[in-house]
Amino acid sequence: MGVFLARRSMEAVLTVLGLSLLVFLSLHLAPGDPAALIAGNQATEQELVVIRQRYGLNDPLPVQYVRWIGRVLRGDFGISHFGERPIWPDLADAFPISISLALGGLAVAVVVGIPLGILAAVRRDGFVDLGIMGLAVAGMSMPVFWISLLMILLFSLRLGWLPSSGWGGLPAAILPVFSVSLASLALVARMTRSLMVELLLEDFVRTAWAKGLPGRMVLFKHALRNALPPIVTVVGLRLGLLVGGAVITETVFAIPGLGRLIVQAVNLRDYPVVQGGVLLIALAVIGINLLVDMIYLMLDPRIRYA
Amino acid sequence: MRWKALLRSRSGALGTGIVVLFVATAALAPLFAPAAPTTQNLRGALRPPGQNGYILGSDELGRDTLSRIIYGSRISLAIGAASVTLGVAFGVPLGVAAGFRGGRLDRVVMRLADILLAIPRILLAIVVVATHGIGLWTLIVAIGFPDVPIFARLVRGSTLTISQMEYITAARGLGSPDYRIMWRHIMPNLIGPVTVQATFSMASAILTAGGLSFLGLGVQPPTPEWGYMLAQARAYMRVAPYLITFPGLALALVVLGINLVGDALRQAYDPRFRGKEA
Repeated sequence: MGVFLARRSMEAVLTVLGLSLLVFLSLHLAPGDPAALIAGNQATEQELVVIRQRYGLNDPLPVQYVRWIGRVLRGDFGISHFGERPIWPDLADAFPISISLALGGLAVAVVVGIPLGILAAVRRDGFVDLGIMGLAVAGMSMPVFWISLLMILLFSLRLGWLPSSGWGGLPAAILPVFSVSLASLALVARMTRSLMVELLLEDFVRTAWAKGLPGRMVLFKHALRNALPPIVTVVGLRLGLLVGGAVITETVFAIPGLGRLIVQAVNLRDYPVVQGGVLLIALAVIGINLLVDMIYLMLDPRIRYA
Repeated sequence: MRWKALLRSRSGALGTGIVVLFVATAALAPLFAPAAPTTQNLRGALRPPGQNGYILGSDELGRDTLSRIIYGSRISLAIGAASVTLGVAFGVPLGVAAGFRGGRLDRVVMRLADILLAIPRILLAIVVVATHGIGLWTLIVAIGFPDVPIFARLVRGSTLTISQMEYITAARGLGSPDYRIMWRHIMPNLIGPVTVQATFSMASAILTAGGLSFLGLGVQPPTPEWGYMLAQARAYMRVAPYLITFPGLALALVVLGINLVGDALRQAYDPRFRGKEA
């Protein structure tokens, strides 16, 4: 187990290093002059010279990379081109918002999705199963921005029950969290169903029924217990997608999270903010994936000895 | 291809029907559309569905929503198809080579895939657009590029399994060069999983394209695009909610159709489902 964890952590560190290189290079891989990318198209040659000087763009790339990494490790993500202020405080404010949005979405997906999947599996091929699975496919196919707008239309404009934008407090969170979670909810329900359908046909489940265990016990202890590891993996890997989906949700609901920050920065061509935001989100995803592996380890004892 | 299996299940047939309908609409857009998608008529702005001959209403510039949705299917399907092609064209060879050759190549490719997969798809696309500017080809690259590691990883896994087969050892023993083994003996076995993944990737690509356009980073006006139409419609939500309803419905429908086809294909290719009615 220790070996597995050590190897997995090493891999994560390597991934982080590669990632930082990629994010750093993205500015330099782009066609044209990075200084022009930073300054915008209207920059004069004189401004470009100043920018090259200021950002150290005249140095060799490896030198620039090491310097950049050194600063990032100290929490210095650079200076925004607009307003001439450090980026880190903005990122630090936005990050927890995006993460809570994604985690909220994940929680809803699990808490609603798993029971729906179990219900569909138990009522296999019946009306309930067909209904739930139909809704799940539809949920997977809905564009986040469309479902968000439809919900605003109904719950905010028509019924006036929930705020249509902003962040803070439970009422403001309900619509965005649901919109972020929908696709994952659908996926969890589908996955739980297909795993449970197979498990319910297994011999040990039949034995459990046969020896007269209460249904609840068979379903949860025998069947669901075995369905959990793959569900945890998929759910964990979904978190990245959730943070990604949050980009659109945050924009629709005007939530001051990382996603909206990044989109605004792209429109303003404020490249350091884009770099910092993407790096932060990717780091979170890698960290979460590592965590998922550890949880998997606890749920599936076989891996510990592999 | 297992076309019969695709049509055997009810949901597979429904999905195929939806996809065929949208492809036909895209191909024959000028025949179906009652008006040109960019013709403005400021006197007929923001008409609800059914009024003044606007079957699905008109937008703030008096453009016919139905025509814009019909022409919009062209751009969405084209971007979806092109970006998935890109993902397959780069991802599959990389995955086969990594799985078959193993060693350092495998480690490097898989590590790169891990890195790219750590960045959520839409963010990766945003980075590409941010550095390369907005444009149709950038958009296709931005959307297709994140598919490369997905296909590479999928194909590598299958290749590892196939490489263990005896007939591969036999082919080697007969002196077939590596490229021939990969092309003749491994690739044909990958058609199933790659087709299934390509279907789901196409659905996701169309959603991502719509999302980017919604954010203003994708298809630019006056080209009619569903995501962009929704972004524009936001400003008129109170007075013209129908502008929100229909473009989103079109997008959701086509993605639903493709997802249903993907489900049916997966069952058709999965030996565990073979022989069973879905």
